[in-house]
Amino acid sequence: MHAFEYANPTTLKDALALLGNRWGDADVLAGGTDILSLMKDEVYVSKRLVNIKNIKELGGISMSRGALRIGAGATLEQLIENAEIRKSFPSLAAAARGVASPQIRNIGTVGGDLCQRPRCWYYRGGNGLLAKGANGRPLVPNGENKYHAIFGHEGGAYFVSPSSLGPALVALDAKIKLASASGTREVEAAKFFVAPASDTARETALLPNEIVTEILVPAGMRNATYEVREKQALDWPLATASVALQMKGNSVASAKVVLGHVAPTPWLAAAAGQALSGKSLSDSTIAEAADAAVQGAKPLSQNKYKVQLARVAVKRALTEIARGRA
Amino acid sequence: MPNYNWPPQGQRRLMGKRLSRLDGIEKASGYAKYASDLNPPNLLHGALLTAPHAHCRVTSIDVSEAKAMQGVTSVRVIAPAGTEIQWRGAEVAAVSATSETIALDALKKIKVQYEVLPHLVKEEDLKKAGPRAKAAGEQLTGDPDQGFKEADVVVEGYYGIPVITHCCLEPHGQVVEWKSDAVNMFPSTQNVTGIGGDLAKALELPATQVRVQMNHIGGGFGSKFVSDRWGIEAAHMSKESGGRPVKLFLDRETELTIAGVRPSCFGKVKLGAKKDGTITTWESDTWATGGHGGGGSPPIPYVFTNIPNQRKAHSAVSINAGGVRAWRAPNHQQACFMTDCALEDLAAKLNMDPLDVFAKNADLTPRPEVYRNQLRQAAELMDWKKKWHPRGQSGSGTLKRGLGVAIHTWQGGGHDSKAICRINPDGTVEVELGSQDLGTGTRTAIAIVAAETLGLPLNAIRVKIGDNQYPPSGASGGSTTIGGVSASTRKASVNSLEKLFAAVAPSLGAQADQLEAVDGRIQVKGQASKNLTWKAACNKLGATSIAEMGENERRNPGSLISAGVGGVQMAEVEVDTETGIVRMIKSVAVQDCGTVVNLKTAESQVYGGCIMSIAAALLEERVMDEQTGRVLNPDMEFYKLSGIGDIGEIVVKMNMEKEYDDRGVIGLGEPAAIGLNAAIGNAVANAIGVRVSNAPFTPDRVLAALEGRTA
Ligand SMILES: Cc1cc2nc3c(=O)[nH]c(=O)nc-3n(C[C@H](O)[C@H](O)[C@H](O)COP(=O)(O)OP(=O)(O)OC[C@H]3O[C@@H](n4cnc5c(N)ncnc54)[C@H](O)[C@@H]3O)c2cc1C
Repeated sequence: MHAFEYANPTTLKDALALLGNRWGDADVLAGGTDILSLMKDEVYVSKRLVNIKNIKELGGISMSRGALRIGAGATLEQLIENAEIRKSFPSLAAAARGVASPQIRNIGTVGGDLCQRPRCWYYRGGNGLLAKGANGRPLVPNGENKYHAIFGHEGGAYFVSPSSLGPALVALDAKIKLASASGTREVEAAKFFVAPASDTARETALLPNEIVTEILVPAGMRNATYEVREKQALDWPLATASVALQMKGNSVASAKVVLGHVAPTPWLAAAAGQALSGKSLSDSTIAEAADAAVQGAKPLSQNKYKVQLARVAVKRALTEIARGRA
Repeated sequence: MPNYNWPPQGQRRLMGKRLSRLDGIEKASGYAKYASDLNPPNLLHGALLTAPHAHCRVTSIDVSEAKAMQGVTSVRVIAPAGTEIQWRGAEVAAVSATSETIALDALKKIKVQYEVLPHLVKEEDLKKAGPRAKAAGEQLTGDPDQGFKEADVVVEGYYGIPVITHCCLEPHGQVVEWKSDAVNMFPSTQNVTGIGGDLAKALELPATQVRVQMNHIGGGFGSKFVSDRWGIEAAHMSKESGGRPVKLFLDRETELTIAGVRPSCFGKVKLGAKKDGTITTWESDTWATGGHGGGGSPPIPYVFTNIPNQRKAHSAVSINAGGVRAWRAPNHQQACFMTDCALEDLAAKLNMDPLDVFAKNADLTPRPEVYRNQLRQAAELMDWKKKWHPRGQSGSGTLKRGLGVAIHTWQGGGHDSKAICRINPDGTVEVELGSQDLGTGTRTAIAIVAAETLGLPLNAIRVKIGDNQYPPSGASGGSTTIGGVSASTRKASVNSLEKLFAAVAPSLGAQADQLEAVDGRIQVKGQASKNLTWKAACNKLGATSIAEMGENERRNPGSLISAGVGGVQMAEVEVDTETGIVRMIKSVAVQDCGTVVNLKTAESQVYGGCIMSIAAALLEERVMDEQTGRVLNPDMEFYKLSGIGDIGEIVVKMNMEKEYDDRGVIGLGEPAAIGLNAAIGNAVANAIGVRVSNAPFTPDRVLAALEGRTA
């Protein structure tokens, strides 16, 4: 691990002043569960870490004017413990609960979960974000890709977006608030995540001089997350689906179906949403939506099974809503 | 000669009871100090530079810059220019420094140039192995061609079980100091008595000059017997640093890359049988790798060794990856998998309950009665007859349950062991032997045997192990420890007690051979009122302690111990046929280990063996990348081990009936970790109606197998 400077500001303003315009000059340190492992493995090097855990304004979870506000510094555990979230945003609670390590949930933050880096074993092994071999050719298509993307990898990013909160927030039409020394901006969750086109690009719209301050989630949608996991103890999901439905009586006015862990970003399955629109939830409409969700999947040599898993995740997330469980 | 026999089963106070391990609280509370916890004053930190290529030659190595760094006390070249390296992660150089950070920084200053050579790191596709697969000659028994011709039914299957690692929670390593002509070593080892001699030889020192001490070890599973390159280099670095202690433990990546694996096994098995399920013919064509040195050859057909007609071919594939070390029951898990999966497939083809096929063919095993008995007991505990259904007939729902069975064996005789039992005039008792407690409960077992023999409570015995200055005791491998140490402890305790009897007989007005030790007293047999308390008796010794030796000789074990056990394990699984996820519902293990010394830790061994097998069956696999030659999952994130939520219910039954107990003590660690892997494979096949050939049974494989059926 390379030596780095540690800064411990207590106000957002001070923290922002400590960030720079290039990644690696300075980086945000929240729970540290991801960035410190990357730095220990020297996959990532930063000259300065700016601890944001002592900035009060970044914490807290509250409801105001029909929207949920989650401070970026809230921990995953706080998310699960929040009664309002459990009642009205089961999708988020389920996603956070899936991180099956109390230690990580107690220290890992919502902001950190959104900005954490991919777990692709080539990236983590030092082959770069886009995982290229010595000859510049991508390693994933001809390599061990059972955990990799089945959607959205045309641009050369084969990893899957690791955040479990991401798909849930995209489905719920959340907005992510970012602050920099020169002001604040709001980004739709769907636009926050991007598939990088080069090794030095990022997987989010976050700029090096910005901090995620809070997440705003509109209320009023029925929502659920279903995760397919091969192991109950701490592990990554193989595929997930987060769904959010605007209901009109018994029928779906509009629907967002977002797949997780299948693409370099949370994957909005627009066709699945359209398939549900105007219909009521039944086994057959759910099955149609699930099929629509995986249309156009481009599995790699070892991960065709993930197409099926994603389909099942959609079906089961919707079924939870249909049965009134979410 | 004194009578060393175990007391009759009904008269034992401690042996065979459920007793908590003596170091349980110490371990659970974190007070127990492992070698990797030791930070003696003046400590230096060692680190290894390892090879970045799976196959390469070192063309130059320059350590001058590293040597010149402030805080670096020693730099050692392990692979000088010209060295051919056969796997990524192999040791190239080592550094010691005043801090871990400096040591790691110094590694970056070592300039090594490599000529990269072609590698092969995967073996499942035998065609790609080409000349790197070496076929052993075909082995023939009886007339397999005729056997197949006469068989009523023939089944053929392909099965595969991958390379897995030991993944010891405490990685390999040690703290070691080499001051003037003496070395103090604090290793994480399964071999306290032997490792000192091993290190002494490498350092060209007399064995007398190496002292070894270890209190606790965080897992070994067969991978920690020798001093290893890192131990030897750490000693040299200590010497070169003026005798300061050097701590060198492998990091997790190196641990999972070079510190040992269980070989794989892949191949075809063909069985011929009569209509009633009796197996007549075996044919197998298998291959395996255990790294660059090739791979072990599993003993197949496993347990059913007396199948009359057999043809076997096996190839060992050499690959460029970290090498084999004994892994809990070497070769047996693979052999069991290849054999018992084939048996289940036979049962399915015959439309028979596999329980009946296993029981019928028990005659082909060396212990027909033991296995038939265990199959019956396990079936009861599993409620097999009620739950079992023919393969695939598991209802129309998405979740399908299935049952599977497997049987196994292990030798597990007692290793050479010498123990001293010391009875002091103040009544305290010490048992000393150069053994080690791998977490199995050896320390507690020694105390139980001594306390049982001396008529004392468990806490009256001070057990001193983990030091090579104590009498020599064998390495803990092959499930030989419990046999070795319980026999040597028993004999030492009996011998010392006889001395005590002789010393106190006059004051009790009796002959020494009329005395017995019961409930903290020495008393005259049949006249319990004539007694001395243990303490009063010991006071009669005056100033001198009694210290008698007891010995177990591996080749001449006597009646206290024995070898050769059988076990049956069953699995009940639930497969989500939409996701391919296999969930453990219940495991049953019925195990024979002769005389049970401590029922609680014996059961714990079996629980542990089952849990390891569940991980191996459902999750574990070393993933190699052919392009980079690298292990892709040398971490505890993608090298997946099961957690509490993954293991389901586990029911353990130890065979303690008289006929088993009469045999004497037999080791247990290894047999407990064999059968369940195959049983789970069989249960999955029973649940979903189709065989998933390769372990671990992950969703990709299960779904592919399901599609294969419907396609
Ligand atoms: C074995 C394992 C399994 C896991 N399984 C899951 C899972 O199933 N689903 C899941 O979602 N996660 C999973 N996790 C990951 C875990 O949830 C994340 O490590 C954690 O959420 C990161 O939060 P943190 O606060 O510790 O982030 P840090 O490590 O502190 O930061 C992570 C990144 O985010 C940046 N960052 C953090 N906060 C901000 C902010 N407010 N503004 C701007 N940038 C910021 C940091 O600079 C850094 O780049 C798993 C982790 C492990 C080890």
